[in-house]
Amino acid sequence: MANSHHRGPPSDAQLRVKALESLLVEKGLVDPQTLDAVIDHYENKVGPHIGAKVVAKAWTDSDFKARLLKDASATLAEMGFTGMEGSHMVVKENTDRLHNLVVCTLCSCYPWPVLGLPPNWYKSAPYRARAVRDPRGLLKEFGLELPEETALRVWDSNAEIRYLVLPQRPEGAEGMSEQALSEIVTRDSMVGTGLVSLPQ
Amino acid sequence: MNSIHDLGGMDNIGPLNIEQDEPVFHADWERKTFGLTLAVLATGVCPVDEIRHMSELIPPADYLRFKYYEKWLRGLEFMLLKKNLVTEQELESGRAEGGPAGLEAAAPETLQHIMNNRLPAFVDVELAPKFKAGDEIIAKNINPLGHTRLPRYIRGKRGEVEMDHGVFLLPDANAHGEPERPQHVYGVRFSAQELWGEDAPAGDSVHIDLFDDYMDLAEQSLA
Repeated sequence: MANSHHRGPPSDAQLRVKALESLLVEKGLVDPQTLDAVIDHYENKVGPHIGAKVVAKAWTDSDFKARLLKDASATLAEMGFTGMEGSHMVVKENTDRLHNLVVCTLCSCYPWPVLGLPPNWYKSAPYRARAVRDPRGLLKEFGLELPEETALRVWDSNAEIRYLVLPQRPEGAEGMSEQALSEIVTRDSMVGTGLVSLPQ
Repeated sequence: MNSIHDLGGMDNIGPLNIEQDEPVFHADWERKTFGLTLAVLATGVCPVDEIRHMSELIPPADYLRFKYYEKWLRGLEFMLLKKNLVTEQELESGRAEGGPAGLEAAAPETLQHIMNNRLPAFVDVELAPKFKAGDEIIAKNINPLGHTRLPRYIRGKRGEVEMDHGVFLLPDANAHGEPERPQHVYGVRFSAQELWGEDAPAGDSVHIDLFDDYMDLAEQSLA
């Protein structure tokens, strides 16, 4: 089918989508209000700020952290941080001796309800190719050099389960409030391509 | 299908481009492609596995060249054509030639429900697991021409089952409209050295989720 399907160059994507949108609405396959709601949800409502709240709570509430690591799906659902691409969640904790990294080598699976939609690099061929084969070299390109003695676990999210990394709380953050902590947690630290550091 | 989407372990695939302060969408057509795909899927026209496979049918050279949402767009077009919901001519013109498609559009409330609630993909059937935590397994060497979620870099390799995630539908069947095949899915650990040879760091590992059909018990576990 793929080879018999001739269409113009990539630059015409805009025209094709425009045609497709009017066609699908005219055929009654798409409700324009639904389209707007979907776009609004993923463009404006969910994003890494949600995962950051989860991480900050785990850093300040050990009972919550224990529940999160034991049953992330239920614990996140209780907070309302659930939905499509996040109904089956596993949270993996980084420690002094262990670092976790998330990838989807076959497509672009990512925990939407807690991180929003993935950035382009996560969906790109180089990231997907190298995260399993040369993860330490890949991490260097993110400015992260892992010590040799730190074990690296790479999670290839190829089924229904979506993974979130619980990064380490930085040294010196002991007195910070949950709110202040949530503001220093980055998207990359929750994918495993970064660490959390204190503001300069 | 052994095509370019199965990228794990490839070398020489180009530089990693990390964009600072990247927007969720880079253009309106990306925004619309994403929204249309989710809105169409919410009609129940096909499982996600099926449309995922549509993107895998994109010829490798195009797959590498396309922007991310061009792959979604092509996948959505393939699926709509395959289901006879649109024609090539309609895609070109943007105007419907027949009557309504006979499938009801998903209401905004339907999408709100899916986007905001935990809707587990577990299958509610009693099914004895074939494997348990601690089992040594060998990933099968399968090379189906259709959809599979067993990547090439895992096939034939020896790993250890870490946990049982429960029962889910096998994507290999689901993507092709075949009868549902519920199976257990397990978290399985493969050492980096098993996958990439003795030069890989000794303590590193790759963890992947595998269906019953994707593995055999290794002989030493059978003993």
